[in-house]
Amino acid sequence: MVMKRPKADVVVIGLGWSGSLMCEELTRAGLNVVAIDRGPWTDTSTHTPPAVDADELRWASRKELLRKPRDLTTTFRNTVDQIAAPQRDFGVYELGGGVGGAGFHWAGMAWRFSPWDFQVRSKTIERYGLKRAEDGEMQLQDWGITYDELEPFYDRWERIAGISGKAGNLKGEIQSEGNPFEGPRQRDYPTPPLKTLRMMELFNKGAKDLGLHPFTIPVANISQAYVNPLGVSMGPCTYCGFCLYYGCGNYSKSSPQACIFPTLMRRENFSVITEACVTRINKSSDGERATGVTYIDAKGNEVEQPADIICSTAFIVDNVRLLLTSGIGQPYDPRTQEGVVGRNFSFQTVSGADMWFEDGQINPFIGAGGLGSQIDDYNGDNFDHSELDFIGGAGILTLSRDGQPIAKANNIPPGSPRWGSGFKKAYSKYYQNYGTLFNQGCSMPVKGGYMDLDPNYRDKFGVPLIRLTYDYATSDRNMAKFTMDRSVELAKAMGAAQVSPFNFAAKSFSTAVVASDHVIGGAVMGADPKTSAVNTYLQSWDCHNVFVVGASAFPNNAGYNPTGTVGALAIRTAQAIHQTYVKNPGALVEG
Amino acid sequence: MAAPALAVPAKAAEMHGYPEDMALNPNFVPQGIRRGGVRLSLTDDTDYKTVKAVFDRLMPADELGPSASEAGCLDFLDAQLAGPFGEGQSLYRDKPLDPKADEMMQVPQFIATPRERYDTGLKALEAYARKTDGASFADLQPNRQDEILEGMENGTISLGPDINTKAFFELMLQNVREGYFADPLYGGNKDMVGWKMIGFPGARYDYRAYTDKTGQKLGLEPVSLIPRD
Repeated sequence: MVMKRPKADVVVIGLGWSGSLMCEELTRAGLNVVAIDRGPWTDTSTHTPPAVDADELRWASRKELLRKPRDLTTTFRNTVDQIAAPQRDFGVYELGGGVGGAGFHWAGMAWRFSPWDFQVRSKTIERYGLKRAEDGEMQLQDWGITYDELEPFYDRWERIAGISGKAGNLKGEIQSEGNPFEGPRQRDYPTPPLKTLRMMELFNKGAKDLGLHPFTIPVANISQAYVNPLGVSMGPCTYCGFCLYYGCGNYSKSSPQACIFPTLMRRENFSVITEACVTRINKSSDGERATGVTYIDAKGNEVEQPADIICSTAFIVDNVRLLLTSGIGQPYDPRTQEGVVGRNFSFQTVSGADMWFEDGQINPFIGAGGLGSQIDDYNGDNFDHSELDFIGGAGILTLSRDGQPIAKANNIPPGSPRWGSGFKKAYSKYYQNYGTLFNQGCSMPVKGGYMDLDPNYRDKFGVPLIRLTYDYATSDRNMAKFTMDRSVELAKAMGAAQVSPFNFAAKSFSTAVVASDHVIGGAVMGADPKTSAVNTYLQSWDCHNVFVVGASAFPNNAGYNPTGTVGALAIRTAQAIHQTYVKNPGALVEG
Repeated sequence: MAAPALAVPAKAAEMHGYPEDMALNPNFVPQGIRRGGVRLSLTDDTDYKTVKAVFDRLMPADELGPSASEAGCLDFLDAQLAGPFGEGQSLYRDKPLDPKADEMMQVPQFIATPRERYDTGLKALEAYARKTDGASFADLQPNRQDEILEGMENGTISLGPDINTKAFFELMLQNVREGYFADPLYGGNKDMVGWKMIGFPGARYDYRAYTDKTGQKLGLEPVSLIPRD
């Protein structure tokens, strides 16, 4: 017998960034909200204080904060005529293992997408013609909303998170610092940028010498003590260099724990069920709406949580898998391009150049997860592509992130011995002399890139794994080569003695090759129900009380990290729910 | 999946209000490894000698610092293989495993745990040395050991049809680096020799006094998570 809990106004699946932002909005508006997270309670003082945090082996090598592939993974293949195989060890999927999700261990680059990123189809046709947009392979589509419509919600997320940065475009006026290519902002960041460390100094000088426009990356590693609009206090970043894959012991990395939980957890109308895995969204008999969810609790019991509204705010893999296993929306068929659930998977197209200096004295151990400098001169549509064979571009950045000794043992010049006395000599010299230029490029959806349910492999609950079928678009490969060449020029301008270019898109994509951990799409938003699973409020076209929120909603990925856009969309959807939907349940947008 | 007939109501995992217990659980702090103690996983003497010989070629003693075994890397490895890493607790291990898929995946995928891979790999390496050189791997001259390791690394030597030789080499290389450069708490990097070699200040947590000293030698002595008296 399945136990049935009392009905909630809203059930939220997954308490990461999206879930936490939505729970905060909805509980403050008076709704009774139950969140369900597959992971345990995880928090700063209990799990990641300085006493245990500075430990590369535990957190970065063994990835103890991450969800294990044993518990969540996918199968993978490049094309439909291959048999997909499981990703068995850590790879591109870097979800959090506990509440807070990946938002607890992330690096903290805090971007807004540029205006172009929301309209890649119409803007490409407008500037370069139909053939550039429809090359036979790409499946470009606009988001259905513009940057301007999302701007107030970016602002709200940045204020909740306390993001540190300097505006480059205030209400249309380009500022002297900051990114001159960014979309116009109404006001500056809530806290000032982090310090300029040695690798950033070298980058800034080299970039300026080439006539480019470097700026400090806006980050969720905040520069000073801050109290956010929810009344939650954060501390200043100490540049400890234990950031990506680690929790923050200083309350200075923005996370659901550091920014939202202190107020959310104290609300009477909120509770979270931890160590519980939602396996199904249940539908009414006429299929028009959902009645709640079914989950498996920590003891293995099947439990039903009824609710008037269901928000699926899990990692993209689980958002898509829930829609497929629950029968919400037509699954995408790559052979006909019909259907919507699973289509438009995208990633991050990465190339760049590793660099070695002489007498650099970089002091790499001083750093923060998102800290670095970037140029957007070759990102998005910021440069003329008329004579080029691709669309989009990459943010070319350098990192002042960390100097972790186990991982950095790989970063010695090509031709250096990898072991023996020769290795010890090389590493002793180059530990202080290594840097990288990382081109974080856009990723366009392709007709053959999608997710569905694997026919052969299941998880521990017997639910089929997601099967990912994907390879890079030709346009993205060409973009990666172009930006790689630009990064080599920049490396030389920075005075690097040795430069070694790299290009992940020169080979096929694989879930086992961690060019990035930004997996995107699968339940994309749009204005047209024939090509999107959710509307512009991330409301399911098929069940009006189901909202699917996260990077699963992006129809394409930009040359930036996704979290800021995830946060902005989550806040916008939550506000639409309590301001409009609850008063008049139904479709918020005409399909 | 059907629930048992008498379902126990879920409790304790449902949270209302901020948890009152906010202290660090002492069980959450990693326990220091006792050096030179009873071996937990590398209990076969021959296997132990083989991996010690390999590790001491990968990270030999020289003017820059002690060898892997002198730095405690065997204590490190023994403890790692006896714990969740060695037991492959992160891995998705459902069958079938298709080795032909490795080319598509670009990185070999294993159902065997690291502990199992060391077990088969070390025995295969020993068998290889006995077959080609008529002696134990551990008793070969260092330059001959290096030759064999180079062959494993570049794929010209196969230890057997069922072993991904190159991947086994990479596993050992990864683990010896971990042992040499992880916090000494874990058994290796004894007296922080690995960190001293490269100039990594260890488990420090606040560099705000140094952010303006870009490009300068800071002379920071390394510290470990092991509390000092």
